[in-house]
Amino acid sequence: MNEKYARIARDGLWNNNVVFAQMLALCPTLAVTSSATNGLGMGLATTAVLLLSNVIISSVRHLVSAEVRIPVYIVLIATLVTLVDMSLNAWAHELYKVLGLFIALIVVNCAILGRAEAFASKSGVADSALDGLMMGLGFTASLVVIGGVREIFGSGTLFANAHLLLGPAFAFLETTIVPDYKGFLLMILPPGGFMVVGLLLAAKRVIDQRRAARASHVAAEALAT
Amino acid sequence: MSLEQLRGKLFYQGLLLGGVALLTSAALAFASRATEADIKAAEAADLKQSLAQVLPGEYDNDLLNDTITMPGEQGEILVYRARRAGKVEAVVYRVAGHGYAGNIVCVMGVSREGKVLGVRVIKHAETPGLGDKIEPAKAKWIFDFDGKFLGEPPLEKWAVKKDGGVFDQFAGATITPRGVVKAVKGGLVFFEKERSNLLDEAGGKS
Repeated sequence: MNEKYARIARDGLWNNNVVFAQMLALCPTLAVTSSATNGLGMGLATTAVLLLSNVIISSVRHLVSAEVRIPVYIVLIATLVTLVDMSLNAWAHELYKVLGLFIALIVVNCAILGRAEAFASKSGVADSALDGLMMGLGFTASLVVIGGVREIFGSGTLFANAHLLLGPAFAFLETTIVPDYKGFLLMILPPGGFMVVGLLLAAKRVIDQRRAARASHVAAEALAT
Repeated sequence: MSLEQLRGKLFYQGLLLGGVALLTSAALAFASRATEADIKAAEAADLKQSLAQVLPGEYDNDLLNDTITMPGEQGEILVYRARRAGKVEAVVYRVAGHGYAGNIVCVMGVSREGKVLGVRVIKHAETPGLGDKIEPAKAKWIFDFDGKFLGEPPLEKWAVKKDGGVFDQFAGATITPRGVVKAVKGGLVFFEKERSNLLDEAGGKS
């Protein structure tokens, strides 16, 4: 049982990462990761929606016919996002002013429908909740890394304006990596996003290959002894 | 009939889609009702806050409900009026200029003497790192307008330095500040033209 949960967590965070393995959600990824803070905001908002949508879809999965499942999921997800959008706007307006832009973008995030279709429609509620949480956290981590790399090279800072997103207590996160940096515009603009995603994707492949090679090496040695 | 068999039937699928649509619409309608008042209040507070930035000083009326609509060059302009003891002391309105990437929308406050009290950019899509120095968070440039009026500098000097005016342009971005300067200048020209109406002195039609 624990083994299963560990696998779900590993899949979400690394092996089947939304951005770097499934290659989903690239549109919001490239659009918002001009800074690490933006990446974090988008990631957290998506995690919340992913968790809720996985739970709802998993709990109605027996009622939904296979033939009409896609429109049902889309309507449920769109409703959920709109509800989150409206309640944040009304009751957490300061947060909404920072995240508002991202919430509308979540509707077009195919990763949400992807998880509904690939996991929540076939699994129990607890598994689906964990899957949503882990996929969301994996997504958040990817966005923060992409945003961080682009921000360091693009404007010489890291987590600029974090206090707007997380509150004044997190102002310590805001660091200037390179003082008096003139800025490298390309990294902030969309082409920089493509380049960073490409390079990080290559890096993940290299790490995975090394690990696979080491694992087979260890297995071969174990066989020999 | 079990759920398994039922799920394959056409009428069940129709009912399911209808049911889901009905439920979600009901949820949205309910949520819209429940949040409407709070969202309106929050947006009004936002607006008040952004108006206060270009309107230093104390005023004793409710700005948001003391408005007048005037015909401007780019359509109607909604003007908020700040009063002290019934007298209009300052007005706030939006102006827009053409930037490098679409319109730059600014809100500006003007005193009854015609002086700029403050200008803030509220919407733009200028290039990050080059044109976004019009935001107060990025550079102090937007404060250059404070205290200026038509005459100081003179009308023909209301331009960026490259065009023979007094306002700085940014290295690598001239179109952006040019657009903002032109918008603010247009705002002041509008103020001078409609002065008596804005200040509520044309026979007191308030």
